[in-house]
Amino acid sequence: MSVQGTPQGHGKQAALLILLACSMFGFAFALVPLYDVFCELTGINGKTAGPVAVPDMPGPVVDRDVKIQFVAQVGKGLPWEFRPTVSQLSVRPGEMVTTTFYARNRAGTSVTGQAVPSVAPGVAALHLHKIECFCFERQVLAAGEAVEMPVTFYIDADLPEEISTLSLSYSMFRVPDVEPEQVASN
Amino acid sequence: MSAHADNIPSSRHPLVSYIARWLLTTNHKEIGTLYLCLSFTLFFIAGAFAMIMRLELFAPGIQFTQPDFYNQLVTMHGLIMVFGVVMPGFVGLANWMIPLMIGAPDMALPRLNNFSFWLLPFAFTLLLSTLFMEGGAPNFGWTFYAPLSTTYGPPSTDFFILGVHMMGISSVAGAINIIVTIINLRAPGMTLMRMPLFVWTWLITAFLLIMVMPVLAGVVTMMLTDRHFGTSFFEASGGGDPVLFQHIFWFFGHPEVYIMILPGFGIASQIIPTFARKRLFGYRSMVYATVLIAVLSFVVWGHHMFTTGMPLFGELFFMYATMLIAVPTAVKVFNWVATMWRGSMTFETPMLFAIAFVMMFTIGGLSGLMLALVPADFQYHDTFFVVAHFHYVLYPGAIFGTMAAVYYWLPKWTGHMYDERLGKIHFWVAAFAVNLTFFPMHFSGLAGMPRRIVDYSVQFADFNMMSSIGAGLLGLTQVLFLYIVVKTIRGGQKATAQVWEGAEGLEWTVPSPAPFHTFETPPVIAAEED
Ligand code: HEM
Ligand SMILES: [Cu+2]
Repeated sequence: MSVQGTPQGHGKQAALLILLACSMFGFAFALVPLYDVFCELTGINGKTAGPVAVPDMPGPVVDRDVKIQFVAQVGKGLPWEFRPTVSQLSVRPGEMVTTTFYARNRAGTSVTGQAVPSVAPGVAALHLHKIECFCFERQVLAAGEAVEMPVTFYIDADLPEEISTLSLSYSMFRVPDVEPEQVASN
Repeated sequence: MSAHADNIPSSRHPLVSYIARWLLTTNHKEIGTLYLCLSFTLFFIAGAFAMIMRLELFAPGIQFTQPDFYNQLVTMHGLIMVFGVVMPGFVGLANWMIPLMIGAPDMALPRLNNFSFWLLPFAFTLLLSTLFMEGGAPNFGWTFYAPLSTTYGPPSTDFFILGVHMMGISSVAGAINIIVTIINLRAPGMTLMRMPLFVWTWLITAFLLIMVMPVLAGVVTMMLTDRHFGTSFFEASGGGDPVLFQHIFWFFGHPEVYIMILPGFGIASQIIPTFARKRLFGYRSMVYATVLIAVLSFVVWGHHMFTTGMPLFGELFFMYATMLIAVPTAVKVFNWVATMWRGSMTFETPMLFAIAFVMMFTIGGLSGLMLALVPADFQYHDTFFVVAHFHYVLYPGAIFGTMAAVYYWLPKWTGHMYDERLGKIHFWVAAFAVNLTFFPMHFSGLAGMPRRIVDYSVQFADFNMMSSIGAGLLGLTQVLFLYIVVKTIRGGQKATAQVWEGAEGLEWTVPSPAPFHTFETPPVIAAEED
């Protein structure tokens, strides 16, 4: 009674369409690495790259003032105080800059944190190169310990003209599995 | 042929066999009816949520709902209207009409069809039951952005995820069925380019569904693993990125909005020629425009994310791509107008709804264009202006389109004419009320009223009061619609096979009501000049 198609024909087409649906399900997951690769290439989501190899040093200093603002945030459940020691600097592209962030563990036990950096506007992330950063590794602070953690970076000369101010922000997150919970209630 | 209702043993208790009949049916007409009934029921439930919201917003201050409950209502209203009303409504129409329009005896995969439908009542019962759970229903909006739905989502979010999976499977299965039916079961002579536009738009919609519902399933799966299995797709502390959620969601989300309108385009393209007594102007360009809209819908998702800090290039790309969609959309609008031009038009209720569809959808398209302008969107984003935009494309668009279709085909389904006088009253009151409800939202949005908020500053009071009065009226008219439909099912003037003087197409060659089995032997389509 089927006209052009036979039930087997239906089955074959249905199978192809199911395959399409499954591959789109896979595609959703493929979007995750694709997104990361894309963002890394274009620097658009403000994630900064890892450390720069030392020979890869800045070129000559350019005579142009760029304002860089520092922001610090503490993630949920991290009993730390965390802030930049200076909130804003005026730098010139090509100039090597070191600044520090202050952190203090308010808990009665040692707690481990990991800082996740972000640069705004996103494209500026490609032009901000870190030589040294406390975000490259986990920070373990003993009970009550306070530290000043350095960041050394330069902005390269290719920073687009229209960007005159950028911000470098760190969110400090608790790294859960290292130390047992025992936050001093204060 | 597969088992159907009439060979269920009659020795059972009548109630048992009545339930078994609807539970086990594989007949496309019965399944179509089931979809439409479900859609209609959920329309009243989600509509009731909207009524509570508008009651709350009638005046500034917090009167009836706590903020968290208000957010739950917003979420449930959006989710159910999108997934429970508009989509199943269109699928119901597809089930009823596609086999009739292409001369097929039934859908190609009748059992799958039954399965697709019966997933839905369970999915929505699950979703609705979250309202009664500890911690309340999901409260993060129908767009369920991470981390609201991951880190901060209530426990019931997991039921929401399961519900979305069930709806997704149902939609994909339904879409597969529709595609296989259209490809394989067309009557001899029914070439692709002779298919009625409702069939064409549904074919394209079905492809969109198969392409994007799995992406939705993917994103809720990632949410689930982020919530419970220690992954951090969207969790910044673990190296993930909440903005990634928005990219994946809108990769689904924008094609989804076209899923909610393309069948409506098809309906308008059926109804307008009938009552203008002219052939559809520019049939081919209609088909191509629909395909183009569907393809472009995959590259514009970023227009929902202009304010997430995208680079300039991204903003420009998505802005121009979005504006490009207006071109094929305008082609359609011009074609409908050209079809009416110098036609001998009459204005029965389906035609009234179809014309209102064209006019008010266009208003929504224009506000969409305003939103597509990046600098403007920085101001409009997340305000009531966006709410006005999408309600113009969805209420007088998708919903009026569905209502037009119901009035148009109801005589074919029931064998009775609906009450034309009541139908006209329904239309005019609804058309007035829909504008009273949603037009002022443009102004409150432009003035800066944020969306999804329980309370607002007094400067927005007048616009909100108008919207609330409109909404109440709009709610009441739909009760009238229910009355009209029930009345037509129960009786009324007998409908002829052709029903409408100017109607053309295979569905009008079968008697009214359409018998349980149609086109067991395929009709032959006379080759006509194209
Ligand atoms: C010419 C066609 C259209 C254009 C240019 C357009 C443009 C846009 C833009 C730019 C936004 C984002 C606004 C913002 O959040 O700031 C938006 C939101 C929206 N549009 Fe459209 N749109 C069009 C047609 C449609 C259609 C046909 C539908 C559905 C049937 C639709 C449904 C929606 C929805 C539901 C939202 C809001 C999503 C949310 O945030 O909850 N749009 N539209
Ligand atoms: Cu969109």
